[in-house]
Amino acid sequence: MSILLTDISKNFGQFAALNQINLEVPEGELVALLGPSGCGKTTLLRIIAGLEHTDKGRVLINGEDKTDQTVSQRGIGFVFQHYALFRHMTVFENVAFGLRVKPRKERPSNEIIAKKVHALLDLVQLDWLHNRYPDQLSGGQRQRIALARALAVEPSVLLLDEPFGALDASVRKDLRQWLRNLHQELHVTSIFVTHDQEEAMEVASQVVVLNHGRIEQQGSPSDIYDHPANAFVSKFIGQTNIFDFDDQNNEWLQSAGLLTANQAGKIAHVRPHDIIIEKADTSNTASAILKDFQHLGALIRIELIKNNANGSNAPVFAEMPNEQFKQLKLSIGDKVKLKIRQAHWFH
Amino acid sequence: MSQKSVMPGFRPTLGYTLLYLGLVVLIPLSTLVFESFKLSWDDYIHIITNKRILSSFQVSFSASLIAAAIASVFGFITAWVLVRYSFFGKNIFHALIDLPFALPTAVAGIVLATIFQPSGFLGHLLSNLFGIQVAFKPLGIVIALIFISIPFVVRTVEPVLLEFETTMEEAGSSLGATRWQIFTKIIFPNIFPALLTGFALAFARGVGEYGSVIFIAGNIPYVSEIVPLLIVIKLEQYDIEGATAIALTMLVISFLLLLLINLLQFWVRKRSGQL
Repeated sequence: MSILLTDISKNFGQFAALNQINLEVPEGELVALLGPSGCGKTTLLRIIAGLEHTDKGRVLINGEDKTDQTVSQRGIGFVFQHYALFRHMTVFENVAFGLRVKPRKERPSNEIIAKKVHALLDLVQLDWLHNRYPDQLSGGQRQRIALARALAVEPSVLLLDEPFGALDASVRKDLRQWLRNLHQELHVTSIFVTHDQEEAMEVASQVVVLNHGRIEQQGSPSDIYDHPANAFVSKFIGQTNIFDFDDQNNEWLQSAGLLTANQAGKIAHVRPHDIIIEKADTSNTASAILKDFQHLGALIRIELIKNNANGSNAPVFAEMPNEQFKQLKLSIGDKVKLKIRQAHWFH
Repeated sequence: MSQKSVMPGFRPTLGYTLLYLGLVVLIPLSTLVFESFKLSWDDYIHIITNKRILSSFQVSFSASLIAAAIASVFGFITAWVLVRYSFFGKNIFHALIDLPFALPTAVAGIVLATIFQPSGFLGHLLSNLFGIQVAFKPLGIVIALIFISIPFVVRTVEPVLLEFETTMEEAGSSLGATRWQIFTKIIFPNIFPALLTGFALAFARGVGEYGSVIFIAGNIPYVSEIVPLLIVIKLEQYDIEGATAIALTMLVISFLLLLLINLLQFWVRKRSGQL
């Protein structure tokens, strides 16, 4: 079901957590709300869920105005960062909870509940744990049970608050992939909150970048990476080199092949992989010195110092595939020639 | 036990524990048991099957159970208010809760007797409005026991309520549960073991209570006489053996009841995955 937010504002005392948020989430999407901590992303998610009231604006789910409904009336599924499983119930009872609390007329029979719960536990691949208590499970297992519990009531939308935030790195990686696959299977409109840009890019079909209670940009992961709308998004998503527009930098950027005409007063953002490195044949054409390099799996990250730097200049980072770097036969201290393919210019 | 433990000091600490437990608890209690051996079985049966004594047992234990049950309900509500809400004067409220711990029980007894006696402020009101007499009846005993045992319940439930994750409630309501369902199915089961502990403490305190009860109870034989009072009466008559027989019986019954409550608690915890 689609979600439509119009003009949502929320203050906590003097602090404006959300400022006139307008957002449309089309049906079936898996959307990431991405931003640094304190940007209002969790508050926005809790407002969609009905766990928090908005000061202004409307929340529409599938065209229906849900603003004044409580969380229990909205028909949403919510997954909490710290799982919030019912400690005193078995895994089975946790998942069955949403079905057992339905009004008597709508409540399914025990057999149907059992069938449904086991089907959901199969879906999250944890049916063998149905007799355990939450305290006896690992973090990843708890989060999957929490997801099964939220899905049991067949929610129209699924909301996840930093679903992988409390897990360790390897489990997180597995669960991300798993969540993406599960979403492709179920097609329930989902929104998840994260502060990890890598996670947002990897899992979501749409990313919404928030900062200071405002939406900075909304789009597909590639859209946001390749065409950042502003300096904040460019800095927040992925690695980037930032060059202020002064005479020294200007000259240096031009020597690296970047056209800087008509860009006066702006700041250049250059992705590391947009910097191409060649061995300098003579020291005249060299524009940088190789200071250090690190292996990042298939890529090499190269730390460079601009040759006209007067000591205090920040290093420039470039990235290239391992193989290509080996062919260049570079070592630390070598002079190199740079070519910058493209830059994003922001004020 | 002979294995090296990470925590040093097992032997000396256990030694001290047993020493003090022996000095303070076991020696006095075993003296009581040995003292009662001076009585023959027939004498013992004769003493404790005395009608006045039997009815005092009934009064003591039923009043304590009822008082502990009521104190559990009100203690729970009080703990709830203290944990869940912030309001003006909450710190004073906190201090007030503990007052019955600190107050000499005789003072509490005299105050309660004064206001609940037929000519007293509340006693007058209650008998005029509802025709209920509190003082000099088992009801008076119950009220005195509630007064002194509420803090036990509040202080055992409070930390558990504080620790309770409120996201569990949010999870419940996101799954469509009503406020009432969230209370009965999520909050209460998590608090229940602590509430049982509070109940057990309140009950134990009630059975042994003397000072606050005797003034309001009126101590009418067969009606409002509690067991501790009968023990004192026997002692005043230099009937040490009679007093020991009653005391031993009380000890055994109390022990059995507390054991029962503990088993119940064990069962509840086990059933809710807290063990």
